[in-house]
Amino acid sequence: MELINKNEIGKKLSGRLLLNKTMKYIFLLCTLVGLVVLATLLIDTIIDGWSYLSAEFFTNFSSSRPDNAGIRGALIGTLWLMATTAPIAIILSVGTALYLEEYAPKNKITDFIKINISNLAGVPSVVFGLLGLTLFVRMAGLGNSVLAAALTMSLMILPVIVVASQEAIRSVPSSIREASIGMGATKWQTITRVILPASLPGIITGIILALSRAIGETAPLVVIGIPTILLFTPTSVFDTFSALPMQIFSWVKMPNPEFQSITAAAILVLLFILFLMNSVAIYIRNKYSKRF
Amino acid sequence: MSDYNIREMIDNKKGRRSTVFIEKMVPIILLVITSVSVLTTIGILVTLLSETVMFFTRVSPIEFLTSTEWSAFSSDPQWGIFALIMGTLKITVIAVAFAVPIGLGAAIYLSEYASDRVRRVIKPILEILAGIPTVVYGFFALTFVTPLIRSIWPEVNLFNAISPGLVVGVMIIPMIASLSEDAMSSVPNSMREGALGLGSTRLETVFKVVLPAAVSGIMASIVLAVSRAIGETMIVSIAAGSTPNASLNIMESLQTMTGFIVQVASGDATYGSDVYFSLYAVGMTLFVFTLLMNVIAQWFSRKFREEY
Repeated sequence: MELINKNEIGKKLSGRLLLNKTMKYIFLLCTLVGLVVLATLLIDTIIDGWSYLSAEFFTNFSSSRPDNAGIRGALIGTLWLMATTAPIAIILSVGTALYLEEYAPKNKITDFIKINISNLAGVPSVVFGLLGLTLFVRMAGLGNSVLAAALTMSLMILPVIVVASQEAIRSVPSSIREASIGMGATKWQTITRVILPASLPGIITGIILALSRAIGETAPLVVIGIPTILLFTPTSVFDTFSALPMQIFSWVKMPNPEFQSITAAAILVLLFILFLMNSVAIYIRNKYSKRF
Repeated sequence: MSDYNIREMIDNKKGRRSTVFIEKMVPIILLVITSVSVLTTIGILVTLLSETVMFFTRVSPIEFLTSTEWSAFSSDPQWGIFALIMGTLKITVIAVAFAVPIGLGAAIYLSEYASDRVRRVIKPILEILAGIPTVVYGFFALTFVTPLIRSIWPEVNLFNAISPGLVVGVMIIPMIASLSEDAMSSVPNSMREGALGLGSTRLETVFKVVLPAAVSGIMASIVLAVSRAIGETMIVSIAAGSTPNASLNIMESLQTMTGFIVQVASGDATYGSDVYFSLYAVGMTLFVFTLLMNVIAQWFSRKFREEY
């Protein structure tokens, strides 16, 4: 007597197996959609903008005549913005992460701060722009300066760095902490000489990723009132400035079709900076992240 | 040999005033720094609320909530927020309808079918997709996607809801894919093995075991993506145009809440005018919408954490 009728089972199973296989390829297709769009976006932009990337493009200021238009002001403005945003954001968010992980008592207030930070992460960037406009531009009287924009951007990227730093600090095993305390080090000595060095790769990765988000962010700058056409570069943090995404945003709206190619060229520069920052972050994560 | 004995050395070290001072001050300084994040939230609430109240002393809240027309710049301005909400919803619905199946499909592939090597290659590429500035996506929508759609479907306007909606969808795909993948990967393997051992195919395991087990994590990722789509600004202000309307037509130009804020801010709304204050009323509405979404998402992910 045959216990298993192979034909019968094969018949019943083949449909299910076929469905499994088809759906596998459909799921693969879904995964590829993102990659295809990314490739299309890059290729389309490169075809459009590549030939406009000349030396003059980097040394000329913005202009209403496409032949003379360049990104000097925007590029230098972006560097100023980053150089000002980075220290403010780093102090605020690494300090917050250290407090939450090392000092904060386990109580309702700490829970409230944590929930508050994750809510801040979900606030649209344009709302941060409104906050910056009221608080820094008008009330503090900073105008549309580098500092006002940097303060706004710092608050916006704060949650990203805090979460990344918290994870990095948390991944330092407590045995190392205990060893340091046991050797007679104080809490602050343990933090600065043991915990921070050990968690630095994670923290730096978080900072770079957050800054690369800030570089591409346009909405808060528009709301703060950062000008798009400027024929000078800032000399202090109280000067006004322009930034690459602002430059792109103003060129997108130009009716002259030649500006489409110039916009594409500026986008290539912006994307190049972002890819560079991202690869540095990935490099640091792979090379320096220690496993305990 | 030193003349000190150990006890004295310890006492000397401990007694140093600077060390004691630092140990006492650091927690206080860090607490002050931490309070900045709370002050930011309070700042957002206070500025939005106070200016919104100013707006409602000039415009009746009833008109704001019930009128279906928004024309802030005309000589006889209409303030019906519904027109802007409708614009936002049109974009969000298109984006979510596009991104949820594709994002979930990608998450299923990455967590259930893909080999470790494939996953290690694809995940960073999806991260790049998430890091592309939205102004770049806006340019892409206007100069590539819109012409493409119009070549297939000529009645569509230059500014429409479809093209920015799809591109916002592309923007939120990585978010859905990566958060859902995390939720699905944390379903214990023993559950999968149980299903496979009983003779299910991989697909049946996914739909009958993994997805139900990860449902709250997946829901949280979708709700967060909706929140992101509602708050997205540059794509819609570049590719959706600037004509607020409350219709369901997705082929014509529209304006979202974020788009209106950018339009007012990039032109010169004189400080203190009705239009200036409307900026905050719209900002407040937007804030309430996204806050609601974030709270719902947190509720979902808390449920998910309790499961295992």
